Amino acid sequence: MEDIKIGVYICHCGLNIADVVDVEEVAKYAATLPAVAVSRNYKFMCSDPGQSMIKEDIKELGLNRIVVASCSPLMHEPTFRHAIQEAGVNPYLFEMANIREHCSWTTEDHKDATEKAKALVSAAVRRVYYHQPLEIREVPVNPNTLIIGGGIAGIQAALEIADSEHKVYLVERDPSIGGHMSQFDKTFPTLDCSACILTPKMTSVGMHPYIELMTYSEVEEISGFVGSFKAKIREKARYVDEDKCNGCGVCITKCPWKAASEFDMGLGERKAIYTPFAQAVPNIPVIDTEHCAYFLKGKCRACEKFCELGAIDFEQVDQIVEIEIGNIIVATGYDSFDPTPITQYGYGKLDNVYTGLEFERICNAVGPTNGKIVLKDGSEPKSVAILHCVGSRDENYHEYCSRVCCMYALKYSHLIKERTGAEVYQMYIDMRCFGKAYEEFYKRLCEEGVNFIRGKASEVTDRAINEDEEGKLIVCGEDTLLCKIIRVPVDMVILATALEPRADAAEVGKLLTISRSADGFFLERHPKLDPVATMTDGVFIAGCCQGPKDIPDTVAQASAAAARVLALISKGRVELEAATAVIDEEKCSGCRICNLLCPYSAISYIEDEKVSRINEALCKGCGTCVAACPSGAITHKQFTTEEITAEIEGVLI
Amino acid sequence: MSFDPKIIGFLCNWCSYRGADLAGTSRVKYAPNVRVIRVMCSGRVNEILILKAITAGADGVLVSGCHPGDCHYVKGNLNAMRRIIGIKPFLGAMGIEPDRLRLEWISASEGPKVAETFNSFTEKINQLGPSQLNKSHNCSND
Repeated sequence: MEDIKIGVYICHCGLNIADVVDVEEVAKYAATLPAVAVSRNYKFMCSDPGQSMIKEDIKELGLNRIVVASCSPLMHEPTFRHAIQEAGVNPYLFEMANIREHCSWTTEDHKDATEKAKALVSAAVRRVYYHQPLEIREVPVNPNTLIIGGGIAGIQAALEIADSEHKVYLVERDPSIGGHMSQFDKTFPTLDCSACILTPKMTSVGMHPYIELMTYSEVEEISGFVGSFKAKIREKARYVDEDKCNGCGVCITKCPWKAASEFDMGLGERKAIYTPFAQAVPNIPVIDTEHCAYFLKGKCRACEKFCELGAIDFEQVDQIVEIEIGNIIVATGYDSFDPTPITQYGYGKLDNVYTGLEFERICNAVGPTNGKIVLKDGSEPKSVAILHCVGSRDENYHEYCSRVCCMYALKYSHLIKERTGAEVYQMYIDMRCFGKAYEEFYKRLCEEGVNFIRGKASEVTDRAINEDEEGKLIVCGEDTLLCKIIRVPVDMVILATALEPRADAAEVGKLLTISRSADGFFLERHPKLDPVATMTDGVFIAGCCQGPKDIPDTVAQASAAAARVLALISKGRVELEAATAVIDEEKCSGCRICNLLCPYSAISYIEDEKVSRINEALCKGCGTCVAACPSGAITHKQFTTEEITAEIEGVLI
Repeated sequence: MSFDPKIIGFLCNWCSYRGADLAGTSRVKYAPNVRVIRVMCSGRVNEILILKAITAGADGVLVSGCHPGDCHYVKGNLNAMRRIIGIKPFLGAMGIEPDRLRLEWISASEGPKVAETFNSFTEKINQLGPSQLNKSHNCSND
């Protein structure tokens, strides 16, 4: 065996490490460890001079193992692996000691921190001694992409990728794409008509030769890995033949059965056969079996009688479609917070108390009131209160700020003033108008005469205590700028409800093995530098499924996700985990315990030879089989028992 | 009794190690006694590694993985849980207090939980005193 020559490099990370850890002492200590040929410390190991230092030492001193003690390996391991590879050393003959995140930043006492840093360096040195060169495997990338969610994020990402002539499967749960943005009337701060800017994009998606639109469909199963995923998608039965239907809408006109419209937040009605809204893409209706008389009572079939194209098909069943893709973008959006549990605001009990999204529909020209801002009795409100932070910035519900409510509250104020001239009161905690042209919009609304009251509303009640309040909704609270308890009688109350994770975000997370942050939204790989990737390679996130955001940010993130996917497609191949498991068939007793434990079915039993064998392309290197093998026949490359034992001994100095 | 416990923490790469990174990034301070060894999955940690740690002189062993259902490798963390449950009585039979072995679920977003866990486990090991296999301590209460 070759002589092991280890180079150890202790990074100061400016003052991040050196302020707390005595880096000189750690470097001196490292020099005394077995097989260490050189030990240095430097201000920034990740900088070009830092990396050059390692490369030169490799050449001059013949180093064949490298340890860098600096930040988390999750940050700079690829940097250093790349550097030593350039100097001709296999990138796996490298180990990092995390003396920043796990040591200098978390340890109060400088002496304790230095001792801990020594232990971590000692562990890395002892471990790297046993490292073996590993081969980096590459597999081709399937150029097709799956996008889950057909809101503005999914639409944007789909168009960006499809425009490069790569196939996109866009899967949407609802009968039409468009998402929440299609429910909006205007968009802040420009007051663009939401439909006017969204529908051209929806139409492009519907017509795009490289987009296969799968609406009224849900992803049921995902398997495989970056570059070659497989997905099973359930296409729910529409009971309308998509190939025959021309979207004339006669079936909808003739259908005698009605149900509350989900698209109108239950404020309006739709038929039992319906398209959610006029500009739906695809413009093909679905039959809601819960409200269709034929499905409930076995008769009616009016739609079938009037459809000249014979497109109605009551015999249709759900189809499971299997597709192969290389990358996945998750753009599943958000749910609007249900304020019913906040009983003091009277939502669901008092008339004319609406959520943000309900009011959006009331404003909308094709909404339940045809765009007229009116009360339940049909009259125009003379005064409206908008309560901020309903469900957000509230430790009982969501601690986070939903980021868009201040702005949509301003938008509503403008629309109310413009269309009804009513007095508008906003009860806010802080006005957060942080985006481009947002502050200017706030100023405009101040000038338009909106009453801004700083203080969170405590109650909305109909119990009047004087004549002025009779027949009104009274918003109670404190004006914290005047230090005064106030009661504001109004005709209508709009609750600026929070954006929250989808109710099924946990299941979707499990389906794709992506994690969620404490607030329940999907977790990005790095909060600043990798906001669209996830811990699972080849799975990207865009839009509100990652956290509340406005339309510009959603579109930007969707484009970013598309760029990441396109980079992988254009490279055409992807490196796979080299740290996989391998079975020593001499030692394997053929007990098959590992076969059952492997979550990826990567291990199969070879009947003829009475041994198990691992398919390296499927192995993701978790090491569960290694831990379970009673014969000790399985080796986990880069995490061998020998390596981990050396690390244990090293860390216990 | 002056005793500086040595504790080994096997943290999974996807949740707990990242949680510990987050604790660092957030500058949460905690006891320096837990020394982290990164494994890809808590399911990689078996009896051999736990016993190696204890026989090498660790006063405590912490195994931490993703919350059930959140495992990056689907269910490796549940295998870890079964093993830990299985090995505890065995440790007892060896004369090692079973409380020296602890399993925790820590997600990548639970930086503060890393600090709480490290602190409370260090405190627990402090109460138990040095492991009888830890040769580096001259126990003052002997």
